[in-house]
Amino acid sequence: MPPSTSSELTLSVNGEKYTLTVDHRTTLLDALRERLDLTGTKKGCDQGQCGACTVLVDGRRSVSCLQLAVAAEGREITTIEGVASGDRLHPVQQAFLDLDGFQCGYCTPGQICSAIAVIEEHAAGWPSAATGDVRPEAGPPALTPEEIRERMSGNLCRCGAYVSIVQAVARAAESEGAAA
Amino acid sequence: MTTATRGAVGTAHTRVEGRDKVTGAARYAGEIPFADLAHGWLVLSTVARGRVRSVDTEAVLAMPGVLTVLHHHNAPRVTTDYVGLLGVPPDPTVALFQDDRVAHMGWPVALVVAETSEQAREAAEALVVHYDREPHDVAFSAERDTEAYPADGHMPAVVEKGDLEAGLAASAVVVDERYTTPEEHHNPMEPHAATARWEGGRLEVVDSNQGTNWVAGELAGLFSLDPASVRVRSEHVGGGFGSKGVRAHQVAAVMAATVLQRPVRVVMTRRQMFSLAGYRSPTAQRVRLGADPDGRLRVLEHRSLNLTSAVYEFVEPSAAAGRSMYAADAHHTASRVVRLDVPSPTWMRAPGEAPGSFALESALDELAERLGIDPIELRVRNEPSVGPVSGLPFGSRNLIACFREGARRFGWAERDPRPGVRRDGRWLLGTGTAAGSFPTTAMPSTAAVTAEADGTFTVRINAADIGTGARTALTLVAADALEVSTDRVRVHIGDSDLGPAIIAGGSMGTRSWSWAVTAAADELRRSLVPGADIPPEGITARSNTAEAVGALAQKERHAFGAQFAEVAVDPATGEVRVRRMLGVFAAGRIVNPLTARNQLVGGMIWGLSMALHEEAVRDRSTGGLYGADLAGYHVAAHADVPPIEADWVDDPDPDDPVGIKGIGEVGIVGAAAAVANAVWHATGVRHRSLPIRPDRVLSAGGDA
Repeated sequence: MPPSTSSELTLSVNGEKYTLTVDHRTTLLDALRERLDLTGTKKGCDQGQCGACTVLVDGRRSVSCLQLAVAAEGREITTIEGVASGDRLHPVQQAFLDLDGFQCGYCTPGQICSAIAVIEEHAAGWPSAATGDVRPEAGPPALTPEEIRERMSGNLCRCGAYVSIVQAVARAAESEGAAA
Repeated sequence: MTTATRGAVGTAHTRVEGRDKVTGAARYAGEIPFADLAHGWLVLSTVARGRVRSVDTEAVLAMPGVLTVLHHHNAPRVTTDYVGLLGVPPDPTVALFQDDRVAHMGWPVALVVAETSEQAREAAEALVVHYDREPHDVAFSAERDTEAYPADGHMPAVVEKGDLEAGLAASAVVVDERYTTPEEHHNPMEPHAATARWEGGRLEVVDSNQGTNWVAGELAGLFSLDPASVRVRSEHVGGGFGSKGVRAHQVAAVMAATVLQRPVRVVMTRRQMFSLAGYRSPTAQRVRLGADPDGRLRVLEHRSLNLTSAVYEFVEPSAAAGRSMYAADAHHTASRVVRLDVPSPTWMRAPGEAPGSFALESALDELAERLGIDPIELRVRNEPSVGPVSGLPFGSRNLIACFREGARRFGWAERDPRPGVRRDGRWLLGTGTAAGSFPTTAMPSTAAVTAEADGTFTVRINAADIGTGARTALTLVAADALEVSTDRVRVHIGDSDLGPAIIAGGSMGTRSWSWAVTAAADELRRSLVPGADIPPEGITARSNTAEAVGALAQKERHAFGAQFAEVAVDPATGEVRVRRMLGVFAAGRIVNPLTARNQLVGGMIWGLSMALHEEAVRDRSTGGLYGADLAGYHVAAHADVPPIEADWVDDPDPDDPVGIKGIGEVGIVGAAAAVANAVWHATGVRHRSLPIRPDRVLSAGGDA
C-alpha cells in the first residue's frame, strides 16, 4: 500500500472547528481559501514576501502561505472574517474604512491582521528595529508613526496606501488604548 | 424626483465597497466558487530562445488527478488576426501553444490541468520539456541605438521643430546628459487570475482585469467567437497599473475549459508574473537643453531608447514627455525601440511620462544649477502660452499655480541652493522639485440609469475599479446628476454584459465613465414625469458618449503637477531616505477628495520607489531575471515611506460635463526626478541612473 498523501485533521478557525481531509502539500492559506471558503485571506506571492496572507495563529501574526495546514491543527486561527464582533467592525477595520487605508483592497486583510497584532505586540512592550532604547527598564516605546511603519513593513501595499494605513493603525491604537 | 441635492462631487466619501474590503467579504477573481472546478498551472520555458522539440506528457498524465496537458501539438487554435478595443493587434505572446517557437525566457509552453491546485502544480513542475536552444540576445544599453528604429506607439515617435544645431550654437549654456531607467514591473498585489467555463453556449470568464469588454473582445477575437457569446466579469480587482489586459492566464483557462468542458481556473504565480504580465522597458535617454543666460530655452532635445520583444512592438514614449511642457525654438523629441529576446513590455503607470520626466526634469534641474537660477523660476520662465510644438491652446494648465502653492507649503523660499552643505548628524540633507504632466483623455462609453419603483436609482456602467475608487466616484457623480443623495444610488460595474465602456487606464476611466453616467442621468431626468408612478421594472435611460466625445475640440489636454521631496543621504552607507514629499496637482475637478488624495499619494510613492528601489536585472547568460519575486524586486514598503502629502489647485476641465481630468497617473510623473534632484542638493552628486542604490551613491563619492 502506497504511503498516504493526505490526512484528516481538525482546524479551529474563528472559533469554529472544521474537520477536513487535506493533501499534505496544502498550505494553511490554501486550506482556508480553497477548502473552507474563507477567501478573505489573500495570496499575493505564496512565498512569504508580501504579507497578504497574514492571519493570527494563537494570537500571533503569521504568514499562512509558509505553513502547512497539517501543522496548524490544535492552533487557534483567526482570519479577517473573524476579527469583527458581529456587525461591529474591529477598531482597526473601522479606522481603515474611515481613513481610506487601502485602494484595491487586496493587501488589506493582511494589513489589518498585522495591525491588530502590532498594537498588541506594542502594548506588551515588544521593541522593534525602530525602538531607540530597548532596555526593559526603558518601558514600552511610544507607538509613533516610525514604530508603526517599521512594524508593518512585512505587509506590502503596491497601491501605495501606506500613509493612510499608518494613520489608521495609529487611530485604532489610540481608540483601543482609550477603551482599555 | 425628490428634494434636489447637489454637492456629492467634491465631498469626501468612504468607498462604497469599503466594508466588504475590510471584512474580507469582497471576492476577487480567483475566489468565486465553481462546482467541478479544475485547476490549471502554466509551464514556462527554461530557455530564452529556441524551439520546443518535445513535451514528455506521458509520465505527467499518469500522475494523480491530472486531467490534461495542453501544448503546441494539441491546444485549440487561435488567431491574432484582429484589432482589439484599443485599436491595436494583440501581443502574439497571448496566442498560447500555437507553434514550437520560444521567444523569451518564461514563454508559456504548456498548461497542466488537474483536479486540485497541488496536483497541477506538482505535475507542472514534473513536466519535462525538451528544447532546441538558439542563441539569445537580451543585452539592453544605449549602444543598442544603432540597431533601433523610431516607432509610433500611442504617441508619434518623432516630433521635430526648429533648427537644433543653430539653437545649440546660439545657447549660452548647454546641458547634454544621458539618463537611464531600469526594467520595472507592475506587481499588483493580486496575481492575475481567471476562471473560464462554457455555460449555455456562452463563454463565461471571471477575471481580474482593467476592462471586461476589452478582455471579452480580445478573447472573442482570439477564439473567433461571436462577441455576444463571451461574458467577462471582474467585480473586484487587486490592482492593475497597466498589466491587467488579455494575458496568458485567461487564454489558457479558456482553452482548458473548452477541451475539458468544465470550469478551469488559472492563476499566475508571483514569479510567473515577471515574464507573463508585462513590464516597463528599461530606457536609455539623452537630453540636450540649450538656454539663454536668463534661462529661456532655445533647444529642447530628448531622445529615448527602449526595448521590445522579438514578437511585438511596444514603445515606451519617454521622449514625448516634453512636448507639452516647455517651449523652445528648436524642439526635437524621438522615441526608438530595439528588439531583443525578452518578454513584451507594456503600459505601466504613466507610460513614457514616468521615465521621461525623470530625464527631462533632472536635466532642467541641472540647467538651473548651471545658470544659477532657482529651479522653479526656470520653469516659470519657460512656461508656454500654447502647446510648445502643436501650437494648440491648453484646455487648462495651472502648472505655475501648483508650483506657487507647493513652494509655499514646502518652505521652498528658505532653501539654500548650494549642494552638500546641510547636515543632520550623519545625514546630508537636500530638497528637490520637478514638474509633471499626463495627457487627459475621454473615450466613448455607454451607461444606463434606471429609476426604480422604490425610489432608488441603479447605474449600470462597465467601469473597472482597480483600486481607484471608481465605483465610489461614479456613485457621487450619479447622485449629483440625479440630484439625489448617494445612499439612493447603486452602481454596477465590471461585467461585459453591461455594455461597452473604456478601460481603467490612461487616466481616462473615471472621466469617460462619469460623462456617460451624467448623460444617461440627464436623459432619465428629462423622461421622468414629476409625481408619476414608476412601473415595477423601473424607467431606464441610456447614453452613448461617442458623438459628444468625438466633438471635443483639439486642444493640449493634460493634468499637471509640482513635486517636492526632501531626502537624507548617509555618505558612509550610501543609504538614501526620503523624509517628506509634497505634490500639488492641477488635475481637473476632484470627485472624491478622500480617495483622490490616496491615489495621488500612491502615485508619488511609485515615484519614490522608482527613484530608490525598483530594478529588475536581466541575466545576460540565461536571458531571465535575477530574483524575480518580491524579495528580489523591492517595491517601497511601509518603512520606506515618509509623510507624503498631495493636494490640488482649482482646475475644473471646462470641456468636461463634470470638470474631470483624471488622476491615475500624474501622481508618479516627476516624483522620481524630485527625489534625484534632492539627492544632488544633499550631496552635490548627480545621479542619472535609477534606482539610486547605496552602491551608486558610494561609488559616486557621496561624501561631497
